[in-house]
Amino acid sequence: MAERSFAKEVEHLRLGEGEVFKGEAILAITKGLLQSGVSYVGGYQGSPISHLMDVLSDAQDILGELGVNFQSSASEATAAAMLSASVNYPLRGAVAWKSTVGTNVASDALANLASGGVTGGAMVIIGEDYGEGSSIMQERTHAFAMKSQMWLLDPRPDHARIVDLIEKGFQLSEASNTPVMLEVRVRTCHMHGSFVAKDNVRPEFSIDDALNNPTRELDRIVLPPAAYEHEQEKIKQRLPAAIDFIRDNKLNEWFGPEDGKVGIVVQGGMYNNVIRALQYLGLSDAYGNTRIPMYVMNVTYPMIDSEIEDFARDKDAVLMVEEGQPEYLEQSLNTVLRRKHHKARIFGKDVLPMGGDYSVAAIMEGLEQFLEATEPQLLGNRPPRPDASDVLAMPSVEKLKEVVPARPPGLCTGCPERPIFAAMKMVNEDLGEHHVSADIGCHLFSILPPFNIGNTTMGFGLGGASASAFSRSTGKRSIAVMGDGGFWHNGLTSGIGNAIYNKHDGVFLIVDNFYSSATGGQDILSSRAFNKSRNTNNPIDKAVRGIGAKWVREVDRTYDVGKMKEVLTEALTTEEEGPKIIIASSECMLNKQRREKPQIAAAVKSGKRVVKERFGVDEDVCTGDHACIRLSGCPSLSVKHLDDPLRDDPVAAIDNSCVGCGNCGEVSEAAVLCPSFYRADIIQNPTWWDRFKARASLALIGFLQRRRDRNRVLVEAV
Amino acid sequence: MRDETVKLPLERAGDATERPISLAIVAMGGQGGGVLTGWIVKLAENAGWIAQSTSVPGVAQRTGATIYYVEMMRPQDGKSPILAQMPTPGDVDVVIASEFIEAGRSILRGIVTPDRTTLIASSHRSLAIAEKSAPGEGIADSSAVVDAIGVTAQRQIIYDMNALAVANGSVISSAMFGALAASGALPFSTEEYHAVIAEGGKGVAASIRTFDAAYARSQQTDEEAKEALEEPVLVQPLATPPTSPRAARLVERLEQGLRPQIATMARLGLSKVVDFQDAEYGAEYLDIVEDLFRLDTELGGEAHDFELTLAGAKYVANAMAYDDVVRVADLKTRAARRGRIADEIGLSDDTIFHTTEYMHPRMEEVVGLMPAGLGRWLQNREGLYGWLDRRVSKGRRVRTYSPGWFLMLYFVAGMRGMRRSSLRHQEEIDHRDAWLALVRDMATRNYALGVETVKCRRLIKGYSDTHARGLSKFARVTNEIERFAERDDAAEWAKRLRETAIRDGEGGDLDGLIKTIRSFE
Repeated sequence: MAERSFAKEVEHLRLGEGEVFKGEAILAITKGLLQSGVSYVGGYQGSPISHLMDVLSDAQDILGELGVNFQSSASEATAAAMLSASVNYPLRGAVAWKSTVGTNVASDALANLASGGVTGGAMVIIGEDYGEGSSIMQERTHAFAMKSQMWLLDPRPDHARIVDLIEKGFQLSEASNTPVMLEVRVRTCHMHGSFVAKDNVRPEFSIDDALNNPTRELDRIVLPPAAYEHEQEKIKQRLPAAIDFIRDNKLNEWFGPEDGKVGIVVQGGMYNNVIRALQYLGLSDAYGNTRIPMYVMNVTYPMIDSEIEDFARDKDAVLMVEEGQPEYLEQSLNTVLRRKHHKARIFGKDVLPMGGDYSVAAIMEGLEQFLEATEPQLLGNRPPRPDASDVLAMPSVEKLKEVVPARPPGLCTGCPERPIFAAMKMVNEDLGEHHVSADIGCHLFSILPPFNIGNTTMGFGLGGASASAFSRSTGKRSIAVMGDGGFWHNGLTSGIGNAIYNKHDGVFLIVDNFYSSATGGQDILSSRAFNKSRNTNNPIDKAVRGIGAKWVREVDRTYDVGKMKEVLTEALTTEEEGPKIIIASSECMLNKQRREKPQIAAAVKSGKRVVKERFGVDEDVCTGDHACIRLSGCPSLSVKHLDDPLRDDPVAAIDNSCVGCGNCGEVSEAAVLCPSFYRADIIQNPTWWDRFKARASLALIGFLQRRRDRNRVLVEAV
Repeated sequence: MRDETVKLPLERAGDATERPISLAIVAMGGQGGGVLTGWIVKLAENAGWIAQSTSVPGVAQRTGATIYYVEMMRPQDGKSPILAQMPTPGDVDVVIASEFIEAGRSILRGIVTPDRTTLIASSHRSLAIAEKSAPGEGIADSSAVVDAIGVTAQRQIIYDMNALAVANGSVISSAMFGALAASGALPFSTEEYHAVIAEGGKGVAASIRTFDAAYARSQQTDEEAKEALEEPVLVQPLATPPTSPRAARLVERLEQGLRPQIATMARLGLSKVVDFQDAEYGAEYLDIVEDLFRLDTELGGEAHDFELTLAGAKYVANAMAYDDVVRVADLKTRAARRGRIADEIGLSDDTIFHTTEYMHPRMEEVVGLMPAGLGRWLQNREGLYGWLDRRVSKGRRVRTYSPGWFLMLYFVAGMRGMRRSSLRHQEEIDHRDAWLALVRDMATRNYALGVETVKCRRLIKGYSDTHARGLSKFARVTNEIERFAERDDAAEWAKRLRETAIRDGEGGDLDGLIKTIRSFE
């Protein structure tokens, strides 16, 4: 069950010819795929493409009606390999993932696919996670497109354009026997917009047609001598065919006047912000009527030499607006124009930033410098442009810099991973610091405050693998962490299998929260929920034991901090050889809440006895040291000031968002912190026995309390 | 809609530079920023405008800060505007912040500028982890945000939108939507806003109620809002007369012996100490405070507003009301405590509740309760002590309101009578007296240093390990104070030492500072 349900939105996927679709671009992309007659889709979730996978998952009925096979792939490599269905058969297929990390994982399959080429249209929807808010290393997918020769579409951020390019992209793929990639950036994925829909298309050639009449061509397989032939094919046939198609179908666009001494070449994805920058400089209106000629590359690879030549022919200078580094497009532009001895000067990364987001402000500055150097009169009398630098230089704003605290992401309220890292922090206090190989997933938040645990992260599922060098230890052991998502992505073989084979002496902690939680709570092999279209409930411990693990401990309730601590300590100190594998399982609290909340509400409503738990702090027992928070970081555990002049420091306080997971109580008990935490068990619709017991004990308690109060001397404080 | 036509004395630079209306919503994950964004888009689309929203969720969804951005504009001759995907500093019309420090962050992004930005922000705080986890006081100073808003926002609508939403049974997004409507920043009617909420189909009534309340509140000044909310507060009498004769005697003594500015603090202290033990203990407290006051007067404390006694009245009370098992058991078994919890969880007639305490007593606490002699004897029998500790020291879940456990806690709380002969009390008294002796010594040499020495008591807090760490910090700091007592700037160093010690190990480096100070010698 994914974090966000698109059950309602997917109905938009049924829109027919002429109807207007309004919604998120991710949904528009899905609609584009259906309008293109795909036979199969797959992929691996990850921001900014997670929602695409969730949409597909929620749209399985519609996909079924159209005969489309949808899979949540085990990894991006699986997804890429899935495209091999288009090698021999005229089947259109699409897969999606987060890039560049997903493309890294997929690149072996992609290289093979691109070498042999395809018969049916094959498309990879790339979620380009670059710039502000990105969660990964800052690299470009462009390099993969070039090295394996796959066409890279970079549509300008407009739903109609994106949907159109999906359809054209499949045609391009077929016309040039080459897989294509369609790149959408983070903001575009989550962009709300609209387009006029077409009918969905049921593929003419079905998967059954392929399976019932299999064909094979030896020369499509990457083996010498075919592999050498493929390279020649790429150069002599596929590239020219692609260029012809792109040119004939006008996939790239021209805006503004035909003449002009200067022009701008822009990646499709940068178009909107370039228009705004031009507008600030008085060179365009809000509707895109620019005064400077623009060539918008909706296809950024290959570059169409003849179009570039035509655009630059009578110009003195062109500016290449290209996000990220290295500046592949600028280099290519140089090659094209210099080879043909065109005079136009080329500007690019000399006036624009080499790396980072191409915000409107950054583009505007670059444009200004470019025009300054080439055609200054275009800037007119320099209309005022937005500028916040004066405001930012104000002393009271300067002062804010010291005041506004960082807000790093953290584990959710009630997260079952919190007690694991609290226990690890306590164990570190007993046994000293350990080297911790962290991994991608929610558990990576352990590297941030308040836990500050974790030395490296090398890629999804590679937590185990990245501890490989530390396999022989005479003193302290290494700890490798991976999540259940990473475990099934590749960690079982790359981490655990590798450790067992190489007799690794370290500790391997598998954090099992029943879902691929960091990407939005998708089901995986070991999920404990029933899923009608997938096979779940395959426990991790069986997998690791199946490949030879001997020392395996399962903690089936991570909130048991004492047990967690004990198991970790044992793993770090036992004499036993081989990897020490700990599987710590508890359900992701976000998912659990989503699952249980409606059930509980219904039970309460129908008069059933329901016990709800939440935690609290006795404020007069708490002394304001906040050690509990340094072992927790729970969003519902905060601090508050007391109205008591005798107290200096704010005390801990738990707000209404507490879900009663128990972490704070367990931690204060295990770390021997303080007795100020209590758990309140709130019984709704109590039975007569509950009421009787409560009444009887409260009668006794009340008697005792009154007795003591009688003997107490009271000095009123004010 | 703004007209940004640039008037150029030369040739016109462009046809139209009319720009869209831009809104940025700065929020934290789970604060409904997405819902609000969806509503604003819908609002514009319903009116036939083109609206585009973008966001960057990624990891920000897990409590991190995130930003949503909306642009809207009318189509022209069937042509849609090209809308930007991120806010440009200096060109944002409305900024909506769902938390107060986030409003500050938006100012740092340069998207709040005096020439155009309406800032709508909730004044409530959701503390960042660094603010919460700091030992002692770490909460950011909100007044810096107030100051910055004053000079950067063209208009501001600021109040606790979260509280307003909760009071009306909804969430903050509805309140912020109401504030947006009230701001008049968008050319849409209240009915159009209502229509958007109604289309959502979930919790509509509560959302509309919250929207309307926020709309009304947004048009009031803070003073008006205060008047509307609060009932007139009666002027509080200066002090409540004590109810028991024994308490009355103590209060009388306090008021006669001390200056009024000290008496208020001393009364709080007295109340705490008597509450901790008994009236006799209160008299002991007054002995100490009066002693200090005499010294203070001798040292010319008048000129310092009797700062030494004032700090003494506070910290002596804290020192005397130390955190022991008896106190914890006492606090947990009081009637008022159960009432407070019932309020906190919003107990209704058809629910009942129990509480479970998470306790981890150790042999140390048990020995502390014993008569001093017996306790010391046991402490010296390592083997026996360890054997007992293994039996005692474990986590215990105490069901407070079950008869058995309550009786147990009640019994422990009742050991108050024997407390003053206990080992723990002996240790606390010895420590307290040594501290007070040092205070006298320091104050005699250097008044300000004496005051700082008093305040060092703040370092001791908590239970078990935390308490032990506090004691050790206290010892290190007071040792140093004695070492450099002759310096002219000793008081300043003492203050720095104390503040560093509070944060020692969590951003503070006490050993480092001590080294630095010694290097001056």
